[in-house]
Amino acid sequence: MGLHPGMGFSDARAFCRDLQSRPADQKADQDFLNTLARWAKRYCPWVGLEGINGLALNIAGSAHLFGGEAAMMDDMRHGLTQAGITAHLGLADTRGAAWALAHYGEGIAPVGAAQAQIASLPVAALRLEEKTCIALQRLGVRDIAELSALPRATVTRRFGRDVLLRLDQALGAQAEEISPLPEAPHYGVRITLPDPIGLTADVMAGAERVLERLCSKLKSREMGACILQLTLRRVDRSNQQVELRLARPLRDVARILPLFQRGVDQVDAGFGIDQLRLVATQVEPLPATQISHTSTVQHKGLEDLITRIGTRIGLENVQRFLPADSHIPERSFIISPAAYSVPAGSWPTIRLRPLQLFAPEPIGGSDTRPPARFRWRRMSFATARTVGPERIAPEWWLSDENRCSGVRDYWKVETKQGRRLWLFYTPQNPGWFVQGEFA
Amino acid sequence: MFSFALGGQITGSVLWICEGWRTEQISPTGFAPYLDPQNLLYAKAKGQPNVLAVAEEALRSGAISLVIMELSAPIGLTAGRRLQLAAEAGRSTGLCIISEGMGSNAAETRWRCAPIFDAKDSTLQRWELIKNKSGTLSEWDVKWDAETRRVIVVSEAAQRQGSARMPD
Repeated sequence: MGLHPGMGFSDARAFCRDLQSRPADQKADQDFLNTLARWAKRYCPWVGLEGINGLALNIAGSAHLFGGEAAMMDDMRHGLTQAGITAHLGLADTRGAAWALAHYGEGIAPVGAAQAQIASLPVAALRLEEKTCIALQRLGVRDIAELSALPRATVTRRFGRDVLLRLDQALGAQAEEISPLPEAPHYGVRITLPDPIGLTADVMAGAERVLERLCSKLKSREMGACILQLTLRRVDRSNQQVELRLARPLRDVARILPLFQRGVDQVDAGFGIDQLRLVATQVEPLPATQISHTSTVQHKGLEDLITRIGTRIGLENVQRFLPADSHIPERSFIISPAAYSVPAGSWPTIRLRPLQLFAPEPIGGSDTRPPARFRWRRMSFATARTVGPERIAPEWWLSDENRCSGVRDYWKVETKQGRRLWLFYTPQNPGWFVQGEFA
Repeated sequence: MFSFALGGQITGSVLWICEGWRTEQISPTGFAPYLDPQNLLYAKAKGQPNVLAVAEEALRSGAISLVIMELSAPIGLTAGRRLQLAAEAGRSTGLCIISEGMGSNAAETRWRCAPIFDAKDSTLQRWELIKNKSGTLSEWDVKWDAETRRVIVVSEAAQRQGSARMPD
């Protein structure tokens, strides 16, 4: 269509009227390329990244497994097309020649014929800088054949060593490596048993063995497991799963093992279990820390307790209070899951606040002073003493439908019946509400 | 206030368990004078059986010194006994907040706490000990002293309303 990278958006719109634009997400692109590299390992073990949008595969010795180079390329192209990816493939003896073919020619260079195959390609196919390419074109050097015909000494003097290095790499005179991506560590271990087991104690002993191996693996990489999944395969080939979500990343066998007890108790062993597989599906870095005599030991028990409670009611339901910077009473604290937060903050008490807060409950009355008698929750109260008003204005920079009735005048009302309530009056929309209760 | 005052006097963590449907929310800005909110964990369980299970787990672990649970239905003999055994094993204290007349036989003590109005003091409460397995029953009028963070028992003679000896 005439579009190319680096084009202005309005220029591109002139070619293609309904062009859509999205901000580039380089991280996602990189992740996708890594995923693609993992997929490409089906063709050969030696897969490296090529720039930001390419992969380099060293298929030496693995092409015959797919029935030859051409069949392998077809298979690759078929797989990529199925996934909706448009790819340019090039195959040659050297990495440079393959790059040139992939970008400018597409196709397979037969063994030993790379030079002939890429001779007619433009000099840009040699992975040269754009400036160098333009300079070469100005001199009338358009394709690779013309460049290789030039005397080497003059080329180096004019353009530096880079041009000849790239040419030699493409033609095979200079070696070039592909550095494969590191294998992502896999935190999973399994144990297969000669005879099926069924007793809880046996299963726990088996779990201890796999857990020991997993924990030593985690320890060697300074990681801690957050979510563990124990899969028990029964003799009849059905799987029983026990999932454990830990409040803190852990790699301590003695602490993790008791936490599995509850899950293992609920497993139906059927005719017996003959394989245990333990996978840490989510891991977090857990660097070794200095042990000191002043550190508190008590936290350990608490974290294990949070985990145990979390397996029953959900880890996000065990919460703690953290201070928040707001003068609105309901927003002056936040509740966050205890597993993912640390206790923090000071709680200054500037003004009296009720022990309990609830959603505002309307009561009768429209005077600006608290009503002398009122009914709340089917009980009648007589006001004995009032403290107030304390005017709290809404946070206008946030939209909150609870606060659309405007400013509130809060009163602490002590009733003759004993209860001490927190009432507020909304002057802009007259009405009285109860929102909290003091001790 | 009884729960928070008790939690403030105990060293160690406090776990507050309630059922998820409750709209009343304890407010840390309110109870901070009594109990440091850093020491409080707040668990929301679904249904009373879960509340009791979590409470038993926490009592038994020993990592928590006080477990406060808000109950909506009376607990049976089995549940009460289990909680008691768990508390003994973990050397911790459990406190159930219940409605009037819902008490369990397993409880060591049962208290009825209500604020009472007083012309001078706005923290006055009456704490009645209405069940005690190892002692006699009694009642006290107490007030909260914010400076020392202590509960102070108010002497009856001076404070009892309508008392002849009450100073003007």
